Amino acid sequence: MSGGTFLGMPAFPEAAAAAVRDTRLRGNLRHATGTIRAKRAQAVAELPDWAGLRAAGAAIKDRTLRHLDHYLERLEEAVTASGGTVHWAADAAEANRIVTQLVRATGESEVVKVKSMATQEIGLNAALEAAGIRAYETDLAELIVQLGDDLPSHILVPAIHRNRGEIRDVFRSEMGRWGRPAPEDLSEEPAELAEAARLHLREKFLRAKVGISGANFMVAETGTLVVVESEGNGRMCLTLPETLISVVGIEKVVPTWRDLEVFLQLLPRSSTAERMNPYTSMWTGAADAEGADGPRDFHLVLLDNGRTDALADTVGRQALRCIRCSACLNVCPVYERAGGHAYGSAYPGPIGAILTPQLRGTVTELDASLPYASSLCGACYEVCPVAIDIPQVLVHLRERVVEGGEATVRGRRTTVRPARGHAAERAAMRAARWVFEHPAALRAGQRLASRTRRLHPRRLPGPGRAWTASRELPEVPAESFRDWWLRERGDDGGGRKGRGERGERRDRGGDR
Amino acid sequence: MSGREVVLGRIRRALRDVPRSEAPDDVPVPREYARAHSSSGTGAAGTSEALTGLLAENLADYRAVVHRTGTDGLSPLLCRLLAARGSATVLVPPGLPPHWLKATDPVRIHDRAATTARELDSVDSVVTGCAVAIADTGTIVLDGGPGQGRRRITLIPDHHICVVRAPEQVVASVPEALERLDPARPLTWISGPSATSDIELDRVEGVHGPRTLEVVLVEEPAPGG
Repeated sequence: MSGGTFLGMPAFPEAAAAAVRDTRLRGNLRHATGTIRAKRAQAVAELPDWAGLRAAGAAIKDRTLRHLDHYLERLEEAVTASGGTVHWAADAAEANRIVTQLVRATGESEVVKVKSMATQEIGLNAALEAAGIRAYETDLAELIVQLGDDLPSHILVPAIHRNRGEIRDVFRSEMGRWGRPAPEDLSEEPAELAEAARLHLREKFLRAKVGISGANFMVAETGTLVVVESEGNGRMCLTLPETLISVVGIEKVVPTWRDLEVFLQLLPRSSTAERMNPYTSMWTGAADAEGADGPRDFHLVLLDNGRTDALADTVGRQALRCIRCSACLNVCPVYERAGGHAYGSAYPGPIGAILTPQLRGTVTELDASLPYASSLCGACYEVCPVAIDIPQVLVHLRERVVEGGEATVRGRRTTVRPARGHAAERAAMRAARWVFEHPAALRAGQRLASRTRRLHPRRLPGPGRAWTASRELPEVPAESFRDWWLRERGDDGGGRKGRGERGERRDRGGDR
Repeated sequence: MSGREVVLGRIRRALRDVPRSEAPDDVPVPREYARAHSSSGTGAAGTSEALTGLLAENLADYRAVVHRTGTDGLSPLLCRLLAARGSATVLVPPGLPPHWLKATDPVRIHDRAATTARELDSVDSVVTGCAVAIADTGTIVLDGGPGQGRRRITLIPDHHICVVRAPEQVVASVPEALERLDPARPLTWISGPSATSDIELDRVEGVHGPRTLEVVLVEEPAPGG
């Protein structure tokens, strides 16, 4: 019951092709994303100053990222001063080791978890299980994923690929193996499903001694952590246990208490399309006495795991502004059809397509294929509450995949070799560049193409076949634009003549 | 090398493009957003009554049950609400004004440091005050101050009645609320009863927190009076 793994998944095109054939998955996704899209638009339209909030959100994150060392040191100071302990983890293995040791030190063999992207990213549950510690996911969707031995497919709603009927089936067959079973006559009414989860998890909350969470924001100025949620499972895990361990990406820090006024408006409206999510918890350090309000032991594990590699890329850095709202997933036509699993990481959708290849590098076929998992339509950029120009980063990463070049990998500057499989593309681009630099060759080629246009195939042979499987080749006109221009306007000698134009004339002369 | 040195070293190398002379505050942050929205502004556009009205509307929109009363009506109202719920026990945080519950029948249980989560699980209802309420978003914020108690007492019982003093505890917006709150205190922001959007991205009320949230707005002078 370790849950699935993203390791060894096929590249995006293969995984997506399989997902697109799954009509139930497509139906579930179409329904869910369609619902939330309309609601988000309405929630955003309620605020006349949305554009101002968005600009401020982006700027606060940029300020933080450009001085990340400064803010992390301030945060560490503030958390320590209020009774917490700060740990630093350079990668997933180090973070898992730290958390495992902290849990062991309590003598406990089970923990309750708040939904957290960071712990999903580092595979904490599997690491804990290997150490004999059982981690219980308590967010409803994470519970569905854990019980179903499944993988998350959405940032906000990890079980978005499951409809209510499937959820009922998972609850009925699996809950008993993990604790209190679901009632025999459980229906697929969402309220009944939520009630079953309430009863199943309550016994775990009440006896839990160790809680593990992430955080949406960390305030450098005050050492305050913020968790935004809906169900109350977060509040249970953050307040009832004696020990709380929060694993948080280093980019989640914001400079000041006041900065929360921007993000607490941007996040709920962008993610669940609510004016405010049902519950937000804020705490600073540890409780100072037995029986006081909250855990007496508080540990903050600051996680790098590739974030500094993204930080080193001046174009890709903006991906670290992300506040994990998932609005970009919900508007993405590619995500809606391919689903989240095809992206092969905890971060699916447009943000995943730019984040994963930066966190993990573009070495594997899957990670190298992610920057292509987009039609570059730009809807993701429009809805992003912190204005991440996702299409810009996608194009930038495509260039890295095809051309290779300088990049930082695990903290070291390295020269990335071009990915295999793009040799034909590179050759075509080199040839095109040569042709465009040599007008005579371009002209000769265009005329040849025009004269032989009746002989052109409708489909490309060889490696080009895949491209034309879903596209028509453009028809070649009888006459190129350049020829048409020269024929119609070529004798108009009164205009300004650039070097190129003189070249044209020489070219024409030679042709006669 | 410790994890700390590794991570901070990587960050500094990654930020080589940032000029050494640049201070954090040199990065401009435009704050061209509203302190409060015009529909709810405390200025000339919005009176405190309008603000309380908006709070009531937004609370109700997220399925909190809203009641409005004057100071004199509070105690009988709480009595009626607990009776209607059929509560046999009600949890009382330290510092709750005693006269609020003077007319109520249920057994009063006082939260103490030694009270366990399991004991709280057997209590029917909890009555608290709050630190601030936000009209724009329909949110009440508890900071553990007098009459509010530990965070767990408004989480484990299935029925929470929260008393808001209007207009002095009501602010228009999130920015105004943060100004009033102390980050050193444990804070819980509550907007409606526990809910989830995890089944087909549709909102369902009632998961782990109280499934019934009743908010009593105590207005002086009494509403309509």
